[in-house]
Amino acid sequence: MIRILHQIFRTGIVTEPLPRAAEEEIKRVGAKLEEVIRKRFRRSLTIREVDAGSCNGCELEIHAINNPYYNCERFGIHFTASPRFADLLLVTGPVTRNMEIALRRTYNATPTPKLVVAVGDCGCNGGIFGESYASLGGIDKVIPVDVYIPGCPPAPVVLLNGILAAVDRDPREGK
Amino acid sequence: MSTLIDALYSALGTDVRSDGGQCPSTVLCCTVPGEKFAEAAGVLKKNYALLAAEWAADETPFGRGFSVFACYRWGKEYLIVRSELPADNPQFPSITPCYVPAYRFERQIRSLMGITPLGHPDPRPWIKFEDWPQDIFPLRKTYDAAKPVPRVQGEYQWARAEGEGIYEIPVGPVHAGIIEPGHFRFQAVGEMVVNLEERLGYVHKGIEKRFESLSWNDAVRLAGRVTGDTTVGHSIAYSMALESMTGCKVPERAHWIRALFLERERIANHLGDIGAICNDAAFAFALYQLSRLKELALRTNYSLFGHRFMMDKVVPGGVTVDVDITGADTILAELDIISRDFERMVVIYDENASLEDRVRDTGWLKPERARELCTVGFVARASGLNLDCRIFNPFPPYDQYHNIELAVPVKVTGDVHARVWVRVEEVRESIRIIRYILEHMPRGPITADPGKPLPDTAGFSAVEGWRGEIIYWLQAGPRGEVNRCMVRDPSSVNWLGLEQAIPNNIVPDFPLCNKSFNQSYSGHDL
Ligand code: SF4
Repeated sequence: MIRILHQIFRTGIVTEPLPRAAEEEIKRVGAKLEEVIRKRFRRSLTIREVDAGSCNGCELEIHAINNPYYNCERFGIHFTASPRFADLLLVTGPVTRNMEIALRRTYNATPTPKLVVAVGDCGCNGGIFGESYASLGGIDKVIPVDVYIPGCPPAPVVLLNGILAAVDRDPREGK
Repeated sequence: MSTLIDALYSALGTDVRSDGGQCPSTVLCCTVPGEKFAEAAGVLKKNYALLAAEWAADETPFGRGFSVFACYRWGKEYLIVRSELPADNPQFPSITPCYVPAYRFERQIRSLMGITPLGHPDPRPWIKFEDWPQDIFPLRKTYDAAKPVPRVQGEYQWARAEGEGIYEIPVGPVHAGIIEPGHFRFQAVGEMVVNLEERLGYVHKGIEKRFESLSWNDAVRLAGRVTGDTTVGHSIAYSMALESMTGCKVPERAHWIRALFLERERIANHLGDIGAICNDAAFAFALYQLSRLKELALRTNYSLFGHRFMMDKVVPGGVTVDVDITGADTILAELDIISRDFERMVVIYDENASLEDRVRDTGWLKPERARELCTVGFVARASGLNLDCRIFNPFPPYDQYHNIELAVPVKVTGDVHARVWVRVEEVRESIRIIRYILEHMPRGPITADPGKPLPDTAGFSAVEGWRGEIIYWLQAGPRGEVNRCMVRDPSSVNWLGLEQAIPNNIVPDFPLCNKSFNQSYSGHDL
């Protein structure tokens, strides 16, 4: 036990201010985000991640936004196991034919209003896998998408920016 | 020199024809008549060979029918046994009765290529779900990949267990965490699992078919996305298979940089996974500490190589980025931090009694089973199998045994702890190898002209990614284009190991066991 405490103190808090280039933007969106999350999401934004056919690369970066460096919980972002609690679906893909139904079901199980964010080049347009007998292409081929986060895979900072952009949208904007 | 092929010759005599078009020359390929395909498997089994892969190719563009292939491995030797089959009603005797892992390979061959393995015990389709028309075969040349597939009615027949108090738990395809989709079905009595059946294929993206529409040089990008966590391993394996066909001489320095990438990928994944395993045993502290170290490694990758996972840095003919002195110093400094903090965490892991209670004797894959299933990588090494392509099928610098003295950790207990511990030792070893590489790396160019393969030739490679042996088999068509690209991720065989390790564990331990295997869904489903 003493070793654990030692290691905790030695490590300190490693959560970083985001890299400089993104920092200005994060500051701007961050302030707004706090307000939006407070008003629209009662201080906490709950995300359900759905892998609709990705290569797992995008998942690695989604994991990373939970690590101590990015620590997305400090922005009020939580990941949930059930779509029924989710405010936002974070979907990676291409949507495979074999995941199409599961994705639709997850979408339908999520209470409205709901946001959908397509992650990665594959989630945006099918990426390198394209459209074929097995891959239907981007997420919007199957469910409506609010925000697209390109990249292969998008880095954690880019992901956070994308999520911020999604919650920052005017809810009256049509899909 | 070659034990396996000699055994085949002495058992089957003149029925065995050696094949010229297979590269590299160290990998032997021979053709046997279709009806002798299973007999050959029996002979090789008696000679202790393990089955590495089984697949089929549509060879109608050459004016032939189909071919079915089985790749066997014994020590350093790889042998590919091939049988030509007619274009009409192709079938061959199943080798599943002899080699268990052929069970899924052959279901896949039947589902996607439309070739019947005679005597296969399981008629259910694999990858191609029950709502696909069963008479379409996407891997056939006549199949138009762009055409959408209609949905039909159908139901998957699950294995059933009946008896008093047995109940069933279906899990997935969408899981609770941030993980890939797959379906598991447990039969349990009380807390105890009596049977687990996996059903995979949810992330089937048509990768093997997609390869056939790309140029040889573009296809490496796709190989790097077969499974994103092993992008380096797959791009090296693809590139080496292609280079073996074109006769490309990869510069020595490029090999060493590939090895550097490969070991960095191993470290990053092992760190993240060891943390995640501890987290599944309710020890979140380790997850945060180790994911911090992993993040450090990814950031170094980004600053030195321009990508956190080093995607697209390995290409046919070499690599696209070099490492200079400052880069080397950055890596060495980073390794010092990782190594120091990692060793502290290992002590904490080792001394933690409640963790020990969860990881010992849990998810037990018996050594006999691991061998029977022909598992590879750390899963095999945790169950007593001493297998590592870095030793058995090395490229520079791994081929310089006396200098690099690669240690391969092997444990025999086959439980969660053994899999963790093998990976702990592999992290240490990878750190040591990287230091060695940085100190001894030869100078010179980092790319060469990859060249073009000749028509009707085949290439092969086996590379030890962090999960284990990755195999690529490529075939050039009549105009030298991609006719077939067979991908065998370690997951294709290791998933069977998980199925065998779960019975007699309690249901709540499943996530822990699953994490300790951490096989790829994408790499399996393709
Ligand atoms: S965008 Fe890139 S990392 Fe993400 S799923 Fe597609 S190929 Fe993988």
